[in-house]
Amino acid sequence: MELLTPGTGLIIWQLIVFVALVFLLSKLAWKPIINSLKEREDSIQNALNTAERARAEMAQLKSDNEKLLKEAREERDKMLKEAREVANRMKDEAQTDAKKAADKILAEARAAINVEKEAAMRDVKAQVALFSLEVAEKLMKKNLTSDKEQKTLVEGYIKDLKLN
Amino acid sequence: MSLFSSKFSKILPFFIALFFVGVSAFGQEHDSHVNADSTVENHAESFNASEVILHHVMDDHIWHFFDGHYGTLYLPVIVHSSERGLEVFSSRNFYDEHHNVVAYNGYTLEHNHIYLNGDSVLDLSITKNVAMLLINAVILVLVFMAVAKGYKKNSGKAPKGIQSFFEPIIIFVRDEVVKPNIGHHYEKYFPYLLTLFFFILFGNLLGLLPGAGNLTGNIAVTMVLAFLTFIITNVSGNKAYWGHIFWTPGVPLPLRLVILPVEIIGIFTKPISLTIRLFVAITAGHIVLLALICLTFIFGSIWVGAGSSIIVLFISLIELLVAGIQAYVFTLFTSLYIGMAIADHDHH
Repeated sequence: MELLTPGTGLIIWQLIVFVALVFLLSKLAWKPIINSLKEREDSIQNALNTAERARAEMAQLKSDNEKLLKEAREERDKMLKEAREVANRMKDEAQTDAKKAADKILAEARAAINVEKEAAMRDVKAQVALFSLEVAEKLMKKNLTSDKEQKTLVEGYIKDLKLN
Repeated sequence: MSLFSSKFSKILPFFIALFFVGVSAFGQEHDSHVNADSTVENHAESFNASEVILHHVMDDHIWHFFDGHYGTLYLPVIVHSSERGLEVFSSRNFYDEHHNVVAYNGYTLEHNHIYLNGDSVLDLSITKNVAMLLINAVILVLVFMAVAKGYKKNSGKAPKGIQSFFEPIIIFVRDEVVKPNIGHHYEKYFPYLLTLFFFILFGNLLGLLPGAGNLTGNIAVTMVLAFLTFIITNVSGNKAYWGHIFWTPGVPLPLRLVILPVEIIGIFTKPISLTIRLFVAITAGHIVLLALICLTFIFGSIWVGAGSSIIVLFISLIELLVAGIQAYVFTLFTSLYIGMAIADHDHH
């Protein structure tokens, strides 16, 4: 039964010592410990937040870089395409120019040939006239001998002329 | 715990076997002693186990470590009476050279209570448990000042030494015991709860040392701790807490009249349960340990001694566990009661 009856002295001592202990430890131990723990947890949290932010920034930078790279690639493609178009156009133009020049040369050549031909024809005609005159002269000369001969001769010439 | 119990259940049959070997060995020895008319039997007769056990778990004015001239520490007696005022003297005065209790200067010591000419006096003696209390307090202050110093020295760095040993325990108390039960206003109560937790834990562990006093297994000590919890709980109790006690919302009127006395009794049963739980858990543990040790002397057999020593070893391991559990439970319930007293009952 004595085990279950609290001793007055011990109650008083326990009350005094425990309350003193609460105040003493609160001031000497718990306050610095709790504050340090909180500070450290805050600093860890801050560090984590900063790391998270840095990662987000890195990701942002990376996506920006990729965007830039993509734009540059598009730009290059566009430039290449334009260059190709320009080259093609130049080639076409050169071709048409060349064709035109060739046509012109051909036309000129044709015109020259015609001129030459006409000149030749004129020469030929003149020659023919000359020959005719010569023939006629010869005929005139022969005509004097006989009509019959004259006649056959003319016929012969005419035949020749026709053949021509 | 489950791991432990499964291991224990494997080992248990071994102990039971050992115990019976011891008992049968005792039987043989007993027979031989009956024939030889030995002195051992006389010793066993004079050995009163319950007296020894109670002597060990109870408070005392002297601190008895072992028999012999230097085995006892005589603690100071401090008494106050209206007749003589405050008087301080050594408890040695109550004992003669044969360790018999004698009267001193009009004071008598009966069953650890001091009387002056038959009247009880206010006994403020440094008893065994008061000495334990002071030792416990000094250890707590030294240990946690060292821990706090670690935070100052290693500020911004990883914890080191004693600081890194106690930090997980402090964080456990904060995050698993205090915060979930009290909520975000926990900071006001946290220093008290930490002191409570470590006071009980250290007290329990110190009490397990051989020769140590049974501080946290003393009902006066647990009563004071529960009383402080009771005061803090009811002082910080808000309107909703008292409203809940005196006029329980959401209950029909006739029932409220029934609930009212129950709730009022409840205010007081909480600290009483705290008082008794810690007192019983620690004292019972000590009694079991001492009873097992006493078996050796009752049977007077070396075999029983070997068997009970091994069982005592394992019970001591359980007691180490209990030391932690009881500190945890007391802190947990205190947090719970405070949490209930300051909770916002918005959901009603």
